[in-house]
Amino acid sequence: MSAVIEGASADAELRAAAERDAGFLRRLARQPLTVGSAAVLFLVVLAVVFAPLLSPSGPMEQDLLNIYALPSADHLLGTDQLGRDILSRMLHGGRVTLLGVVQATTVCTLIGMTLGLLAGTLQGGVEVLVMRVCDVLLAVPGLVLLLVVLAIFGQNETAAMITLGIIMSPTLIRVVYSATVAVREEPYVAGARVAGLNSRQIIMRHILPAVAGPALTQISLVAALACLVEAAIGFLGLGVVPPNPSWGNMVTDAQQAIVLAPWMLVPSGGIIAVVALSLTLIGNGIRDAYAGRASGSVSAYSWRALTPVVEREDRRPAPAEVKGVELETDRPAPVLSVKRLSLDLPRGRSHVRIVDGVSFDVGPGEALGIVGESGCGKSMTISGVLRVVPMGARVVAESIGFRGVELTTLGESEMNAVRGTGIAFISQEPISSLNPAFTVGHQLQEAVRLHRGTGRAESKAVAHDLMSRVRLPEAEVVGRKYPHELSGGMAQRIAIARALAGEPDLLVADEPTTALDVSVQAEILDLLRDLREQSGMALILVTHDWGVVAEACDRAMVMYAGEVVETAPVRDLVSNPHHPYTQALLRSSSVGAEPRQLLPVISGSVPAPGSWPTGCRFAARCGLVQDRCLTAPVPLVPTTGGVSARCVLVPSTLEAVR
Amino acid sequence: MLGVIVRRLLLAAPLMVIISLIVFVLGSLAPGSVAESMLGSSATPEAVRELNRQLGADQPVLVQYWSWLQRAVAGDLSSSIVSGRPVTELLAARLPVTLSLAVGALLLVIVIGVCSGMVAAVRGGFAGRVVEVLAVLVRGLPTFWLAMIAGVIFGVNLMWVPVSGYVPFGDSPSDWALSLALPVGVLAFGEAALVAIVTRAEMLAAMRSDYVRSLRANGYPWKRIVFKHIAKNAAGPVLTMISLVFVGLLGGTILMEQIFAMPGLGSQMVTSTANHDLPVIQGLAVFYTAMVVVVFLLTDVAHGLLNPKVMAR
Repeated sequence: MSAVIEGASADAELRAAAERDAGFLRRLARQPLTVGSAAVLFLVVLAVVFAPLLSPSGPMEQDLLNIYALPSADHLLGTDQLGRDILSRMLHGGRVTLLGVVQATTVCTLIGMTLGLLAGTLQGGVEVLVMRVCDVLLAVPGLVLLLVVLAIFGQNETAAMITLGIIMSPTLIRVVYSATVAVREEPYVAGARVAGLNSRQIIMRHILPAVAGPALTQISLVAALACLVEAAIGFLGLGVVPPNPSWGNMVTDAQQAIVLAPWMLVPSGGIIAVVALSLTLIGNGIRDAYAGRASGSVSAYSWRALTPVVEREDRRPAPAEVKGVELETDRPAPVLSVKRLSLDLPRGRSHVRIVDGVSFDVGPGEALGIVGESGCGKSMTISGVLRVVPMGARVVAESIGFRGVELTTLGESEMNAVRGTGIAFISQEPISSLNPAFTVGHQLQEAVRLHRGTGRAESKAVAHDLMSRVRLPEAEVVGRKYPHELSGGMAQRIAIARALAGEPDLLVADEPTTALDVSVQAEILDLLRDLREQSGMALILVTHDWGVVAEACDRAMVMYAGEVVETAPVRDLVSNPHHPYTQALLRSSSVGAEPRQLLPVISGSVPAPGSWPTGCRFAARCGLVQDRCLTAPVPLVPTTGGVSARCVLVPSTLEAVR
Repeated sequence: MLGVIVRRLLLAAPLMVIISLIVFVLGSLAPGSVAESMLGSSATPEAVRELNRQLGADQPVLVQYWSWLQRAVAGDLSSSIVSGRPVTELLAARLPVTLSLAVGALLLVIVIGVCSGMVAAVRGGFAGRVVEVLAVLVRGLPTFWLAMIAGVIFGVNLMWVPVSGYVPFGDSPSDWALSLALPVGVLAFGEAALVAIVTRAEMLAAMRSDYVRSLRANGYPWKRIVFKHIAKNAAGPVLTMISLVFVGLLGGTILMEQIFAMPGLGSQMVTSTANHDLPVIQGLAVFYTAMVVVVFLLTDVAHGLLNPKVMAR
């Protein structure tokens, strides 16, 4: 099939990874909440370390004439039931708590990193053993085990904190383990192994950097938890023995005086909250910086965000291309007529254009192929038509007419009524396009019930009929299976049957055969053609495979970098391509190639959305590039016989050059 | 399905043995012997030795463990050194309190966590923000402190609920519910945000999936996609989170029982820890673990019902 033209993508990934590392600290420094939390934490630690110097009075110094005092100049945070200065006790008590946090976190980090990396890199028996131990530890209520240890070791704070570190380690082991497994499968790590790096070098050079982000996030959360648990132990009276202060037993003091002096609750619990919250926020900051997104931007994701903003663009003073495209439509009224459709996806705080002013028609019963390399906007074009888009997308169009109805003016629920019954859809991965949690029979009958409003028994009959139409034998048996129990070809037949349930006028198929074996591909294409002949349904077929286009389509539209570069009847397009990109694509595929010849590839890669050049977007990879290609956008020019191409050489000069 | 349950039960038994062994071996490391604790510091070495022999405490740890295990399987978890009462008796008397707290909080966590997670996933924006902020607060605020603040507000100032104590269900169901309101509320508040976060994340992941794209593109109504198709797929990970939350809740009941003066397993655990009452601590630790194992088992069964791939294995 098409000798793939996707070079340089691995390169781009490596570069992105490198940029991610470089950007990590910069992004972290740009999060005010994280930086603030780190500063607060630093100040608290500093104050606690220098407690003897900073405390206004000794932590045990009593002043029985001045008990339960509110904050004043003498006692910044007031005094407790024995008139002791709360600030001084807090600073001294923090030494116990923070030391405990350091002990527990260190133990947890050592165990978590070592075992996680070991399990992730060594695999086999070690992997199984470590994961089993994790399961066992996760089943132990942590506080219970801590109490056991405290009972046995006579309320020994250090023993308790080491135990706490062990108890908290399974989560870290799992985080490190899954991060390690994720990179272990990456091609560059496998490459490093082949290149002869030993395990230690691979861990240091490739795995540790990848594990660092998730691990640091988890370690901050572990430290926060350690702080809370240490305080809880102190609160239960099982840690530091009064009158020595700890943050936990200061809360106990506050509890005793809850009615007399509720103020005591504020500083005693407050300091624990400040430290634990800071640690949590630092953890979240690391997570966000590592994932390469602005802090907290996740809240923009929701089901609601799946519904795109639809803007109807007013008709512009008609550029030549639009006029031209209309000139050649001396055919019956199209089923679908798309005019100047654009689609924007969110990137950071703004949007980036993915599809740029695409216009096309699909006649009744016609099959239109949309062809191009990955990343040219083929799938996004049909997503825009169907308005089934990624979160936060924006659809802009002059007009999308379907059977005479203007889709851009429809609300979401009216649009939903068009989907399924007017335009149906099948996708690239047949098995994952079906819900894994329901039997395929159930899913098919559900579609029938939804689109035809039939009862249970009738739906079942219709579903069986549909299954025989897509040539699936033994409807009863197959219907009881789950998607993962089917082969790709069978699953795609089910998906097609589901799409037919609403008796659509137009079927949109997004690379329906790409994930299938070659022999199954041919069967599915046959099936689609027969179904089209039986029902007179039109078809839009997105593909990068010229074989599929030649086999199944009447017309084809070639897309490059978000715009249409050529559209023509398939026969003309294959035999006489006008645009240099179409020519290159065809040369790199096996359609019409000389036998026993190496297929050439197109050097370079598709410019990324957001960095499209002003002039011809293919210029950088075009062998026929001229100065005038680079200066201004090239219009889509119609030539004879329903052919349009977006190239300065079309129509006159191109023939001469070739 | 039955196979899943049987297999899980077979895995649960060794887990219980391992946990009890750990607790037992740790116990044997304790300085001093049971007899010393029982007889007090004035006892003669001969008396201590004699009692240790009677109790079997002079035997190797594994022999002691074996006899403990045999008795435990038969339902005898030995007796408290302090009160002399059988551990099983203590358990039976105090279990209703802890169970009321843990189960009540778990139900509340499921309802609040799953609902708010779904709202955040469907509506996003403000609801999503609230869930996120709460999840941070939960990891950063000590629950025992929150419980006291709640006690001051709702118990002392507003006087809606009693500040402390526990009323058995048999005495008065309404007072029982009131006495649980504060501790259950505080416990659930903390853990619900974690469930909400997982619910939202799983649903959002499903919303980006291929099958949801296909359902949307074929005109399924959004309620059907969200509440049927996405819900069934997101339920598995949410269940796992809920079972982990239960482990956290059990730890939380210890604190709540202490704060609100409730005579449950947790307050017994704290008292016994302070008294070095090892048999009680061992018995309780094993029992806590058993509760976790039961919840994990139920989770696995639910997983099997939800996910056809688990059944197939």
